[in-house]
Amino acid sequence: MLEHDRLRSPLGRVIGLGSAKEGVEHWWAQRITAVALVVLLLWFVASIVSLAGANRAAVAAWLHAPLPAILTVLLLIAGFYHMALGVQVVIEDYVHTEWVKIPALVLNKLISFALAIAGIFAVLRLAFGG
Amino acid sequence: MTPVQRPISPHLQIYKPQLTSVLSILHRGTGLALAVGSLLLIWWLLAAANGESSFAAAQWFWGSWLGLLLLLGWSYALFFHLCNGLRHLVWDAGYGFELRTAYASGWFVVGASVVLTLLAWIIGLVVWR
Repeated sequence: MLEHDRLRSPLGRVIGLGSAKEGVEHWWAQRITAVALVVLLLWFVASIVSLAGANRAAVAAWLHAPLPAILTVLLLIAGFYHMALGVQVVIEDYVHTEWVKIPALVLNKLISFALAIAGIFAVLRLAFGG
Repeated sequence: MTPVQRPISPHLQIYKPQLTSVLSILHRGTGLALAVGSLLLIWWLLAAANGESSFAAAQWFWGSWLGLLLLLGWSYALFFHLCNGLRHLVWDAGYGFELRTAYASGWFVVGASVVLTLLAWIIGLVVWR
């Protein structure tokens, strides 16, 4: 039995009403990533502003230190997770043709994940390499 | 099963736009804009990781008028979504639902997002290397 389903009645879990079929853990994940993003983004925007017009060496040097690299990776994870959840709700709200909605929801998850991995790869390459 | 086509009452054409509803759809709109813009952010990061020439091309784009315009729009979307998101979190905690409070917080978000965007850009232009 999934831990997050303890807020649901057995009947509710089985019937799966609603366009999303399930949502409480989605609601929490959205809030948790939001709180993380408030902090991470304030730091990230300040860092980017301070790097305005910088050359590649400066960006690489900035990411060589562990804290900026770690925080950027955390930002990418929280950010793309938050984005995937948000886009999911938009798709569920506006797309009602089932054969379009399901692939759209799957693509949303896959693309969000892929973008996060691409970003993390770039950060790590800069952090460990040139 | 094909849905039966029935007429529905007009809604968007009739209902007067209010701060609450406008900021709500703007929250969704800025979220979507940020999602699309994140593609460009990843492109910039990958360009930096890839080497000098690709990074130079990316920096050139971001320094062009189109790039700066997009960046301005994206940064405003970011600050708006951030401030309004905080407003949402306050609601989630159970506070601020009175109409006057919702309007006051709404106008605060509008002002704060503009101020933060201007601040970020002014500081950015000052420290531009």
